[in-house]
Formats: sequence, structure tokens, C-alpha cells
Amino acid sequence: MTAAPSSAIPPHSDHLRLSLSGITKRFPGVLANDQVSFSVRPGEIHALLGENGAGKSTLVKMIYGIQQPDAGEIRWNGAPLVIANPKAARKLGIGMVFQHFSLFEAMTVLENIALGMDASIPARDLEAKILAVMAQYGLKLEPHRIVSTLSVGERQRIEIVRALLLNPNLLIMDEPTSVLTPQEVDQLFVVLRQLASEGCSILYISHKLHEIKALCDTATILRGGKLVATCNPAVETSRSMAEMMIGGSLKDIQRGAGRQMGAAKFVVQDLCLPKDGPFGTALKNISFSVRAGEIFGIAGVAGNGQNPLLLALSGEAVTSAPAITLDGVHIGATSAKTRRLSGLASVPEERNGHAAVPEFTLSENTLLTARDRLGMVSNGMINAQAAKTYAGEVISAFAVKATGPAAFAESLSGGNLQKFIMGREILQKPAVLVVSQPTWGVDAGAASAIHQALVDLAATGSAIVVISQDLDELLSLCDTLAVINEGRLSAPMPVAGANIEEIGLLMGGVHGDATPSALPQESAHAH
Amino acid sequence: MTPEFIVLVITGIVGLTTPILLAGLGELVVEKSGVLNLGVEGMMLMGALAGFGVTVMTFNPWLGLISAACAGAVLALLFGVMVLSLNSNQVATGLALTIFGIGVSSLIGSKMFQGRITPVFGSVFPNSLAKDPILQVFFGYSPIVYFALIMVPLVAWFLKSTRAGLILRAVGENDHSAHSIGYSVIGVRYAAIAFGGAMAGIGGAYFTMVITPMWSNELTAGRGWLALSLVVFAGWRTWRLLAGAFFFGILMSLELYAKGAGFSFVPSQFWAAMPFLMTVVALTFISSRGNVGASAPACLGKPFLP
Repeated sequence: MTAAPSSAIPPHSDHLRLSLSGITKRFPGVLANDQVSFSVRPGEIHALLGENGAGKSTLVKMIYGIQQPDAGEIRWNGAPLVIANPKAARKLGIGMVFQHFSLFEAMTVLENIALGMDASIPARDLEAKILAVMAQYGLKLEPHRIVSTLSVGERQRIEIVRALLLNPNLLIMDEPTSVLTPQEVDQLFVVLRQLASEGCSILYISHKLHEIKALCDTATILRGGKLVATCNPAVETSRSMAEMMIGGSLKDIQRGAGRQMGAAKFVVQDLCLPKDGPFGTALKNISFSVRAGEIFGIAGVAGNGQNPLLLALSGEAVTSAPAITLDGVHIGATSAKTRRLSGLASVPEERNGHAAVPEFTLSENTLLTARDRLGMVSNGMINAQAAKTYAGEVISAFAVKATGPAAFAESLSGGNLQKFIMGREILQKPAVLVVSQPTWGVDAGAASAIHQALVDLAATGSAIVVISQDLDELLSLCDTLAVINEGRLSAPMPVAGANIEEIGLLMGGVHGDATPSALPQESAHAH
Repeated sequence: MTPEFIVLVITGIVGLTTPILLAGLGELVVEKSGVLNLGVEGMMLMGALAGFGVTVMTFNPWLGLISAACAGAVLALLFGVMVLSLNSNQVATGLALTIFGIGVSSLIGSKMFQGRITPVFGSVFPNSLAKDPILQVFFGYSPIVYFALIMVPLVAWFLKSTRAGLILRAVGENDHSAHSIGYSVIGVRYAAIAFGGAMAGIGGAYFTMVITPMWSNELTAGRGWLALSLVVFAGWRTWRLLAGAFFFGILMSLELYAKGAGFSFVPSQFWAAMPFLMTVVALTFISSRGNVGASAPACLGKPFLP
């Protein structure tokens, strides 16, 4: 390894580890980065902020050598250079932890880490090195486990260990906390602060503004590919940074005054579902009830039964009839189609391939869930005009950025596709809406639009179930909250006056009154 | 049952096993890299043609063997250009490759080599060992058989213990991650495809150089398809592939000899169908057990578009 010696440079000096000037990158039809210039000092934790499509990912891909800038200059420790590929980046001491982990599911932790190393190291030596790094930073991992058996937090640790083994001078973290419990986030921050104190620069991409306030020294804000502001997150508020990101004022969730909760509309009683494979999670006696006009949140760390729960509620997995009741009718044994007709709409977590077919147009995608309720099919023939009209309504009502109903779903950004999918269900005026991860990977502007739409739908008397790993989202959105852990649902609690420590412990699988060890330090909300 | 009879049975099974073992090992490596090449039958036939033709013309079976490997690899690389560089559909292209291989080998073979014969490329051990009624069970085989058997531990070692093998598996498991780490997905797949073609070519040459040293059209008789299902039957594992090849070899020998040996209670087609039936059973077993180690590479058959 030929990492440039970093120890000679004192942290927080005037020396610049990385500086970009006038970086421009154009894709067909899009200017992804337009004259972006900023720099990172040794030991600095530098946030890169922006909505989806603002050009953050493209920018870090160029720093990591996955893509090449069309114009502009990258300087590393003062010297201009071309980072031809990720290998060259790693040679400089640039490590990256991806948002979507670049892991190999069927392989062991050790093999996954070996793949990220450029030099061929004998397995035994590598294992010793891994154990040393894990001890140094307090990261726990079992090197011989198969990745598919690990939790999301553990998977991220693999990526971090992989990056740390390169003795990085610059660590790029792309949305690292989106799937972690509050306690895991705190552990991660301890590691990052330790790294920074040792002189490693960190480029931190996140939507969670209160985390950036807690962690970062500087924030560079991108909008539409351009650098719009550089600020010190410590003196900004989450709100002011969000407004710089979206270039306008952020709307609060508007709740109608004096909202009345109706009678119990959607009741789940002792719902059980066997696990669907060796790594699945069984649902065990899940019970809750949602009143008309209520938003019911289900928090939990990924992989604790959220996916099977959504399948059981939407009707993709069938259970016993009395397990699910909608307006007094047992629907637990009916199909998804029947449930949709009786007024239960659902939005699964995975946008591409589950909620929408990427290769279909938006109007074809409306047919997937709206055809029966809105009469888009008669005598087996599709009424293409009705689908097109409805897709157009969704696009305009939810301000979806798309060229029109004929645009392919895959051509939309994640946030816009999510707005479209949410709109497709909400405009059907469902009696019950079940959504999983409604704002996963969605920028702040789109997220607040989606949240507002859910609140508005609840105000019309629908019962809404929101399954999310984003605790902040649930706390700001829901009336009632329960935590799912290993397929069991905790007792529901009203969000007003909920105790974040307790929720965090429930998410981590601690029941009863264990001593809280790692407490979340901040609970301000971005929205 | 005399010892001589048992030896005869074993050598017969080994002979039937060798071609599918070779082609299966090659296809295993190809599939581990994430590519499904259904052109095994076509590549075997091209190998059979090249091995036979070069041996007839040069009287050198070793040159024939090398030509067979090259012919298989060249045809495989043609497949590679189409599916890797031009992103054509792997299933359709593989099927086309088989049809192409059948046609071209039949055309050239029947025009140029019909009626020609060569000596069998048999054992290179002295006759005292190779023709001994008992010892021939160890020494009576063509060098191709030993090559196939040596390749089993080599492929297993390569896939499990070498860095190149790790990268190859990574490319088959998650091509985009491998690409983002900085490995050449396309390069690895070209190499795997060429290896698979060479192995299929040698497997095909076993028919024209050892089993029946003469040319007849489509003489591989569907063994390429058997090799493909062998890879699935083995759950993409090298040592199981060896066991599976011998198991298929036993079934094939039953197909050929059961009637002659006097137990004709089932038609020979039953035995011919057995390997495919067993593959379905094995697949069901794998998926019902959810055995991660014995399942298909995650990117098998998917085109890679960076």
C-alpha cells in the first residue's frame, strides 16, 4: 500500500487534502455537476448535502474514480491529478462506504473484505488485520459468517472495516445511517470522530440534517448540480439547511385543527405468518388496531419482520380470515386484488420491481393497482385512455417531475417515482393505506410532500399504517407508534410524549427495563 | 460377477462420464462468473470436429487435442462477443450457438472427414498395465480421462482458494459491486467463457478421438445438455459435480447396457431421462432447503450494463 503519509500533516491545518475546482459532469440530457468547487482539510468531517438528483453521488463517484469529470480539476494534497479508477483512488488512500452496500451475499465476511483489497493478502494475515482494526475501533464482526445471515448494521460494518483496512486519508460515507438504530448511529459517530481525530478526512453524505449538525465541521450544499452554499452546520438550524437544499421555504406538516379519530377501522388480531426461507422472519401474534383518521407507525430495524408484515397486510401473503378486519369484515384470507377492491391499498418498500415495473410507462404502472377500483379494464380489454388520464392526474396532483404519462418508470428519480406511487394509491381514496418506507432515499422536498399527502388522506377519514425504519419520520408523522422486533410487535404507544430511549431499546430487542447504555444525543427533526 | 466384469463396468462408466465431466467443469466456471452459456453442445461438436480433423491430418493426437480446445474456445468467444460486448440475450444466443455448432460441424465433417478413421487416442501406459484385465481400471484410459480428473481439484482449488477465483465468484454474485470495487466484469467473463469453451471442446474431442475414432454428424448426442444439467444437479459445487458426473455416467451405462445385461424391465429411455429428472429433484431439494452455498450465482444469465 502506498498511501500518502498523512501523519506529517496536523489536522485542521490550512493544508488541503482534497480540493475540487470547476468540476463539471454532463450526462445525456442532464448537467449533473456544474462548476463545483470545494475542498476538504485533513481531519475535517465535511457534509455533502442536497436533494436527490442534486449531483452528490456523481460528485463522489468522480472522487472515487468510478466516473471522470468532463471539466475541472481535482487536487490531492495540493497536486493536480486524474483518478482513473477506484483502484487508483484506494491507492491514494480514498475509501468509500456505499449507500447500497457493494457486498456479495453468498460469501463470507472475510471473502468480502478480501475482494476490497488491492493486494493479495493470505487469508490468515487478513483475518488478523481485520481483528486488529475491529479492536481498534470497537467494531464487532465474525469473519466467517455468510453475509446473507447478517443484519444491515453488521453489513455496513463490513464496508467500514474494508475501507479502514486501506488506512484511508479520506473516507466517503454515502447515506450511512439510513438503516441503523439510534444506538448504532451513535456507535458509528464514535468511530468517525475517532478517525477524524487521527487525521482522516471524512466526506459525509446524508439527508438527516440533525446528524450533520451533530457530526460535521462544514457542509457543502448542492442544488441542481450547482454548489449553492457552504456553511457551518453547528450554527445553522436543520430547517435553514433544508431550505438551502431545496431553494425555498420548507413546509411544515399541516394538520387540520380538531381532527376527530373515528371508530377502529382496521384491526389486526393475532396475525401469524411462518417464515419464508432460512433467513426470513416469522410474524408472531401481531395485534394492533387503527382508527379512522389515525396514522399508525411501525418502527424497527430492517429485517425484523417488516417485509412479511407488509405482505400479510397487503394480501400478497394470505393468513387466517379473522386475523385482519376492515370495517368489521374479515379479510385475512382474501387476495391482494380482493383487498384492494374492498378499499385496502398498499405501497411496498421496493419501488422498482415491486411497487412499479421499471420498464413500463407511468400509465401502464397505474393499471397495476388502480385497474379494478377505477374501472380501467372492461371485458378483459384495457382502457388505455383512462389509465393515461389517471396517470396525468397523479403527475399533476403530486408534482411528479416526469415528461408525462408515457414516461418510463425507470426514467424517474427515486423521489419522483415514490411520489408517483404514493399518488397512485392516495388518489384512489383508499379506506386503509399500508405503506412501507414511504420516503426511503427520497429528498427532503419530496418527503415533506409525501408526509403532507398522508396527513391529508388521514384527515379524510382513512386509516393509515406506516412501516418505517426512519424513527424521525414516524415521530413527526404518526399519532400512535409500535416497534417490531424479531416478528413481534410491541404495545402501541401514543407519539405525543413517547420516550426515544425506550423506542431505541425496543428496536434493539431489549424488552423491559434494561439500563440504557448508549443514548441518542439529539432528537431534533429535520421536518 | 467376476472382477473382470466389474472392471469392464467401471471403465465403461468412466468413458461415459469423462465428456460430461469436462464440459460440466467448464460450464461451472462460466456460470460461476454469472454467464449462462447454453451452447455447450455446439462447442463440444466443434471440439469433436477439430480434434478429429487435426488428428487425421497430422497424425498427432496431442495437436488434435489442443485444436479441440481452441475450436471450443473460439466458438465460445464468438458467444462472448455477442452477450458481453453486444449485450445480446444469453439464453437465445446460447441456443443459437448450439444450432450453429451442430450445423457447421456436420457440414465440414461430412464433406471432409466422412469415412476417415484414426487410431484411438488410448492409454499412454505400457500394455502390461493398460491391457491388464484388472489393472486397466487404473491405467487403461486415454490421457483425456486423467486430464479431466486432474481438473476437478484444480477447478475446486481455483474457485475456493485463489484470489482470481474469488474475483470470478464475486463477478457472478454481484456484478455491479464487483465493478464498483474496480474489477473488470467483462474481462473476467470473457476469460471464463473461453475456459468453458476449451473444456467443452476437449469433452467433445473425447467422442471422436477415443470413443469412436471416426466422424458422424451430431455424435455427441445431447451430452452437452447433460453437462448443463449436471452443473445444476451439482448445486454449482466442484466436488459434487464429480460425484454427479459419475452418477450420470451410471445412469447412461444403464441406458446403453441394461437391456443387453438381461434386466429389461424398464425401457432404455427411462434411464436416458433419469439424469434430467434427478436434476429437477436436486433443484427442488436445493430451493426447499434454501441452501445458500448450493444455489445459482445471483447474477447468472443477467447482462451487465455498467
